Amino acid sequence: MYGQAVATLARVFGDITLAEDAVQDAFVVASDRWPRDGIPPNPAGWIITTARRRAIDDLRRSARGRELHEQLGAVAGGAHPTDDEYWEVDGPVSDDQLRLIFTCCHPALRIEHQVALTLRLLGGLTVDEVARSFLVSESTMAKRLVRAKYKIKAAKIPYRVPADADLPERLRSVLSVVYLIYNTGFDDPQRASLRDDAIRLARSLVQLMPNEPEVAGLLALMLLIESRLPARMEAGELVLLSDQDRTKWDQELIDEGHAVVRACIRRAQPGPFQLQAAIQAVHCAAGSIAATDWPQIIILYNHLYALMPTPVVALNRAIAVAEVEGPQAGLASIDTIAADLDDYHLMHATRAAMLRRLGQRDAARAAYERSARLAATEADRRFLAQQIEALVQDGAPT
Amino acid sequence: MSQYLLSTYTVEDGVPGAPSSPEEMQAFMGRVIALEAEMDESGTFVFGGALHGVDAASVVRPSDADVVVTDGPFAESKEHIAGFYIINAADLDEAMTWAGKVAEATQHPIEIRPFFATGRVADQVHNMPGA
Repeated sequence: MYGQAVATLARVFGDITLAEDAVQDAFVVASDRWPRDGIPPNPAGWIITTARRRAIDDLRRSARGRELHEQLGAVAGGAHPTDDEYWEVDGPVSDDQLRLIFTCCHPALRIEHQVALTLRLLGGLTVDEVARSFLVSESTMAKRLVRAKYKIKAAKIPYRVPADADLPERLRSVLSVVYLIYNTGFDDPQRASLRDDAIRLARSLVQLMPNEPEVAGLLALMLLIESRLPARMEAGELVLLSDQDRTKWDQELIDEGHAVVRACIRRAQPGPFQLQAAIQAVHCAAGSIAATDWPQIIILYNHLYALMPTPVVALNRAIAVAEVEGPQAGLASIDTIAADLDDYHLMHATRAAMLRRLGQRDAARAAYERSARLAATEADRRFLAQQIEALVQDGAPT
Repeated sequence: MSQYLLSTYTVEDGVPGAPSSPEEMQAFMGRVIALEAEMDESGTFVFGGALHGVDAASVVRPSDADVVVTDGPFAESKEHIAGFYIINAADLDEAMTWAGKVAEATQHPIEIRPFFATGRVADQVHNMPGA
């Protein structure tokens, strides 16, 4: 509701800071009145109306207000802001949120600012919550948000859904921000709530843009990754996909993710997020690592690589190749991108596992050790240490 | 309508990737002249210019006795503004479109800065609240 209200007021007044202040005031009034008088029939409408009155009062009082007031006509795109229908909550508000998403994820803002604005203005997190998610102090985050909002206003970053020609690129930037929020929550258990925030944001984006299959693809991708998380750690230790207890996977999330992927396939407008979701869907449909449809996964990675020719995609494809054609073929695929990913711990860990399957224990050990030196999290380092330990036991006389 | 400064910079008295042969120079001028014509047609062009090198710069500072002049630019920096356009644009997206065209025509990176105010301060004061 916070995001809805800010989005509407930002459109009308053309100033995010003014919109936020007014909405916060309205919530303060609500916290006083609602317990006494009861919750109004249309709480979002009540907040927006109250915030609007506050904003107008604020404008009348301040000098900067008169200047803004004169600009109102232009900001409101010609519509008259006193029009009652202008304040309707149902139709226009969702459009307002959509505009605001594209403003928050504008490519002229640095990515940390895009992420912070999106969580604050659309995710409805408090400044303190956003700050804790990014391991900075509340005052640092507050300054970051002020700077970002200053640029939006000073440089006139528009509140507008981009024109068709720019939409695919700008939408990619929005989806990347949401996926980055998810991944930030993935890598650090202390920031796990960011995963829920990202999924919630993706759900509202699907409602706002039902005709963009990549939006649905991103939602499905996150749902399917999320479904397997309950089996990913056991007693604080990382468990590989091949060793996971698949009965722990969240079947409800898998069903939802599969339904979204099927709907994407019917539309036949594939994109990077939809293809990544389809790959996850194949994993989630398999009862075991051996029962996985690896040839299908290779086909999907081929499509993905055609759209997104990155070394990380090639690395993931190599894992599927090793499952179908054996570790030798997998290693040969990795060799083509090993130099590009020399600083990426998962590349060395993947190579190590393949070398181990080929019985090349010394080379496997060296690769695991290199991976452990590059790994960023404690859980990863412990996992790699266990692999090295297991290698030693492989070679022990029986 | 807002105004934006589109600027490019030199690095130690050379513009990176500047045209070096007469043919390259001619092609460069052709692209820039065509772009400026496009700016004129759409009412975008306000002013533009190329600057002499920073060796030609002087700084005048206020002091107690008299103003003091010194040789050189403001800042000891490797990068200095080499040339600029001032354009009219509705918002940052429109300014970015023009900056993209300038970058393509000149093959230089272009910085976009919004103006806080333009014109004579006297005109601004009249429009200020409370004036």
